Amino acid sequence: MNITMAHGSGGASTSELIESVFAKHFKNDVLDRMEDSAVVQGSERIAVTTDSFVVTPYFFNGGDIGRLSVCGTVNDLLMSGAVPQYITCGCILEEGMDMDDLDKIIGSMAETAKEAGVMVITGDTKVVEKRGEFGGIMINTTGVGFMPVGVSLSPAGCKDGDVIIVSGYLGDHHAAILSDRMNIKNNIKSDNAPLSEMVSALIENKIELHAMRDVTRGGLGTVLSEFAKASNVEIDIYQDKLPVNPEVRDFCKMLGLDPVYMGNEGKMMCVVSKKDSEKALELIRNSKYGENAQIIGEVKAADNNNVILHTAIGGERIIGPLYGEGLPRIC
Amino acid sequence: MCVAIPGRVTEINGTKATVDFSGNTVEAEAGLVKIKLGDRVLVHAGCIIQTMSDEEADEMEELFREIEDIQL
Amino acid sequence: MDRLQEIKDKIKNYDGEPLNFMEVCGTHTAAISENGIVNMLSPKIHLISGPGCPVCVTVTAVIDKLTELSLEDNTTVLTFGDLIRVKGSQMSLADARAKGGSVEMLYSPMDAIKLALKNKDRNYVFAAIGFETTTPVYSMVLEEAIKNDVKNLKLLTSLKTMPEVIRWVCKNTKNVDGFLAPGHVSAVTGSGLFEELSEETGLPFVVAGFEGAQLLTAVYALVGMKGHSGMKNLYKSVVTYEGNLEAQKAALKYFEPCDASWRGMGMIPGSGMRLRKEYEAYDAGSYGLDEDHMPKGCSCAKVLTGEISPDECPLFGKACTPEDAHGACMVSTEGSCYNYYISGRKRH
Repeated sequence: MNITMAHGSGGASTSELIESVFAKHFKNDVLDRMEDSAVVQGSERIAVTTDSFVVTPYFFNGGDIGRLSVCGTVNDLLMSGAVPQYITCGCILEEGMDMDDLDKIIGSMAETAKEAGVMVITGDTKVVEKRGEFGGIMINTTGVGFMPVGVSLSPAGCKDGDVIIVSGYLGDHHAAILSDRMNIKNNIKSDNAPLSEMVSALIENKIELHAMRDVTRGGLGTVLSEFAKASNVEIDIYQDKLPVNPEVRDFCKMLGLDPVYMGNEGKMMCVVSKKDSEKALELIRNSKYGENAQIIGEVKAADNNNVILHTAIGGERIIGPLYGEGLPRIC
Repeated sequence: MCVAIPGRVTEINGTKATVDFSGNTVEAEAGLVKIKLGDRVLVHAGCIIQTMSDEEADEMEELFREIEDIQL
Repeated sequence: MDRLQEIKDKIKNYDGEPLNFMEVCGTHTAAISENGIVNMLSPKIHLISGPGCPVCVTVTAVIDKLTELSLEDNTTVLTFGDLIRVKGSQMSLADARAKGGSVEMLYSPMDAIKLALKNKDRNYVFAAIGFETTTPVYSMVLEEAIKNDVKNLKLLTSLKTMPEVIRWVCKNTKNVDGFLAPGHVSAVTGSGLFEELSEETGLPFVVAGFEGAQLLTAVYALVGMKGHSGMKNLYKSVVTYEGNLEAQKAALKYFEPCDASWRGMGMIPGSGMRLRKEYEAYDAGSYGLDEDHMPKGCSCAKVLTGEISPDECPLFGKACTPEDAHGACMVSTEGSCYNYYISGRKRH
């Protein structure tokens, strides 16, 4: 069965779609009331974030748009130091989309929400006419998290001597998506994952965290550049410490891409005080999705705001933010 | 100008070959070189443009031998 | 390993006359910046990025033609990634796509055949840019197209060759003391070509690979060979003296030498390749695309010939940035301006 315009009419077909797919998967006390707004418990300070997800194809090696739409938003909340609680689900479907695919995607969303410890509390569905390159489904999620007392993280928090940790292999998501588009076969899986366990381990163990960011589009280079600028410091990283899966490394070489600028959906970078750095690394490595974490560099007091990559051969290269789309080059 | 990296031929099918790059495989055009299974080849834009000598370990040694006569 | 350290020390501490070496290959330019080679050299050794990035040397008329084709009914332009962002006189292929144009990115031109066979009612045009390494690939595409009787795939060619542009650089600037010869062009042409050029110009040429150690060794060799002609092949795992004769033959089967227009440099006789007359059915209108509409102040030519370094162009980092690129050298990730900009690579 396929999605038709009637599924977005607001009438009986819409109700049926919601019942048979969304309500079935998301089932919880708040959502089940099916009221105009979800009314939930709050906290004194909350973190709110929203993100929209479009990806072609919507099923990719290692994940799907449903899982992605939860991970992206949950990770954004986590990076502010918040404890994710609620998430919303806004779907724009394309006429003709396969109903079984939708069911799988929403099922995957529900499963990921469970893993991340968030409740899907409200949602909306619209249907648009088929227009070619839409890709079938777009999802918007808004997330709400509770801020623990005393936690405050900002890109401006990097201090002299701080240590930079990356939670795992760089570029897996980007490479997984691009492989499909570029007709290159491999076993590269998207890293889309919620980082809840990792972040709560750091916070519960009172690691002196100065800044944290999920390494998504734009890659590590873009995040580091922003941090160096916001904190008015120099950041030094070491090429031979950067964790990159060998398969992804060769994939990048084939297309003239740089893992430093490749996107991820389940990796973070954190800046911690030197005294806590070994412990932080161990905590990350022992948590889910963190086994390949590495210390990749350190912060230096210098107001040049440069990110310097010390290359394996012994040279130095300045890392700026990603410009343009990071397109493969061939020639 | 020409992005090209070494891979290994894992399958040959007429003038097409499957080439492996650390787990990434492409079907490459093999009409420009004589290849056999297991060859190390250089692939540019989906086309094998050269076969390579298979002495990875000695590449550095060889490199330095080439410049033995040069003293700065 | 000690030898590598010795090489590093020697080129770091070189204190002779100032030397300028040109790398004539965009992938070398990118590898030099990726490896951070420049600050491993003595302030007396300068590396200049030459006209070896096919995206950077493509004139605006070619981009204009491609954007026009992409906006035609039932036509898709197929291209390598970074050509998409290069501006023509009006717009880039990315701009054209935003206006409803049909543009697709491919890893291999060979994939174009599959697309054309799959969608027989759609017309496909491949943006066939490149140097000696890529031209034989297009020959393979044509071979396959003819074999499969593909009628809905054409090439818009803007193909260039190395020797004439190297001669042009030598004639137009006295700044260059030696060349880092393009590694993968050499794989096809053979190192012998660069021996000829060396004898002709009286300058040293070193064929090199793309790893850090290979690049450093190549610079070391060039310093040692300065002041006289000579060719060294430091990439023997890939490059032979004769090159890939099959590939050379394949290129000449479908293409023939022609005059070619280079971005910022104008027409250089005998510096390009075009489809032979008997294959013109596969041409999407490549002839006469010579016009080169340069933005005011853009110094692409001077940058490409090494007369000035990218940061000496009045537009560099001001009107021209990777976000809003004027010249093609800033657009391509192989472009010399792009690489200067992103990696802070400065002439000492």
